[in-house]
Amino acid sequence: MKRIAVTVNGTRRESEVEPRQLLVIHLREDLGLTGTKIGCDTTSCGACTVLIDGKSVKSCNVLAVQADGREVTTIEGLAADGTMHPLQEAFRNNHGLQCGYCTPGMIMAALSLIDAGTPLEDEEDIRLALEGNLCRCTGYQNIVKSIKDAAGQMRSSASA
Amino acid sequence: MIPEPFEYEVAESADHALELLGRFGTDAKLLAGGHSLLPLMKLRLALPPALVDIGRLSDLSYIRDNGDAIAVGALTCHEDLQFSDVLKQHCPIVSHAAGEIGDPQVRHRGTIGGAVSHGDPAADLASVLLTLDAEFVIHSTSGDRVVPAADFFKDLFEVDISTQEMLTEIRIPKLQGAGWSYQKFHARAQDWAVVGVAAVVNRSNGSIDAAVGLTTMGDTPLRARAVEEALSSGADVATASQEADRDTNPPDDHMGSAGYRRELSKVLTRRALEESLSR
Repeated sequence: MKRIAVTVNGTRRESEVEPRQLLVIHLREDLGLTGTKIGCDTTSCGACTVLIDGKSVKSCNVLAVQADGREVTTIEGLAADGTMHPLQEAFRNNHGLQCGYCTPGMIMAALSLIDAGTPLEDEEDIRLALEGNLCRCTGYQNIVKSIKDAAGQMRSSASA
Repeated sequence: MIPEPFEYEVAESADHALELLGRFGTDAKLLAGGHSLLPLMKLRLALPPALVDIGRLSDLSYIRDNGDAIAVGALTCHEDLQFSDVLKQHCPIVSHAAGEIGDPQVRHRGTIGGAVSHGDPAADLASVLLTLDAEFVIHSTSGDRVVPAADFFKDLFEVDISTQEMLTEIRIPKLQGAGWSYQKFHARAQDWAVVGVAAVVNRSNGSIDAAVGLTTMGDTPLRARAVEEALSSGADVATASQEADRDTNPPDDHMGSAGYRRELSKVLTRRALEESLSR
């Protein structure tokens, strides 16, 4: 067992984990943060996307020990004091989901793209940038709309 | 899927990593970003008894202008290659190819050193570095040795790094204004290349001096020597491209038959040469 300390959604969490423990299972089963989903479990679908030090990663392909000392952000870390994050709000307003299983990963991937300054002005840009996340319900239409909406809002409020 | 149990230590330096490799024995593996190794371990296709985590060696994550070449630290992640101003200026084919790997999440974790050490003939950067005649700096307790790309890729998942050595740096010659292209054919955005073709082209006295590399056309990344020779002896692009599959051994799998890959390699070679000549 290895002792690790990961700052998850702003709170330092110390745990004993087996080196082989995947980060996604550590988050879901050890820390009870089940917002992050396991989809394909082969680094393809993006359902398990979380941020490590602000950058999106697929947590089914990261060991919990690799996150030792890092800051991890999950979907549970976005809403502040009961107010939804602009991305969450945009997914709600634009009906950016059907079954919802891919949604936490979509939102975390989108947050990383917005923070990195990735061009997200037109639909084509967004579709290309979302190459790491799969949705089997929506045909992506409303996901793209939601991200365009949120990116526009977040960037205009950041530059205001 | 959770991998089989293994021992795990974090390396504090390159020399510490070598010391840990020595202690764990020859089946231990270095873990960088883990985006080649961990999927194999989850599928039980690799069962290393111990991992030495070099992922925290931030002093091996750099992109430096060394005059004629760009020196890239082995632990530089694909995203850093993709957005590097130095590479975009001097080796744009490398930043372009890095941006073609996987997806943003993968590019945040995967490293250039991990990708080439893995020895996968489907790795985009491997064929690009072979095309550019890059050099690989291999570190061991007895010092550093420098291996040219032509000697580095030995066989399927086998490169010229012993179990008691580690790759620390890749030296990439500057393009010096040469035209370039990397044509990657894949069905879905995040997929591996069914076939990829890298080209770097200079015109000299009417003939074309080209280096052409192939992804997923054999057990290692390959150079399309027959295409290069045809061009240097005056063949036009369309004719030379027909030689792309000469001396290759493409895989026959769910992504495409060997025959399909042979045809694809010719088409992509033509496109890569045409794009290179237009730059």
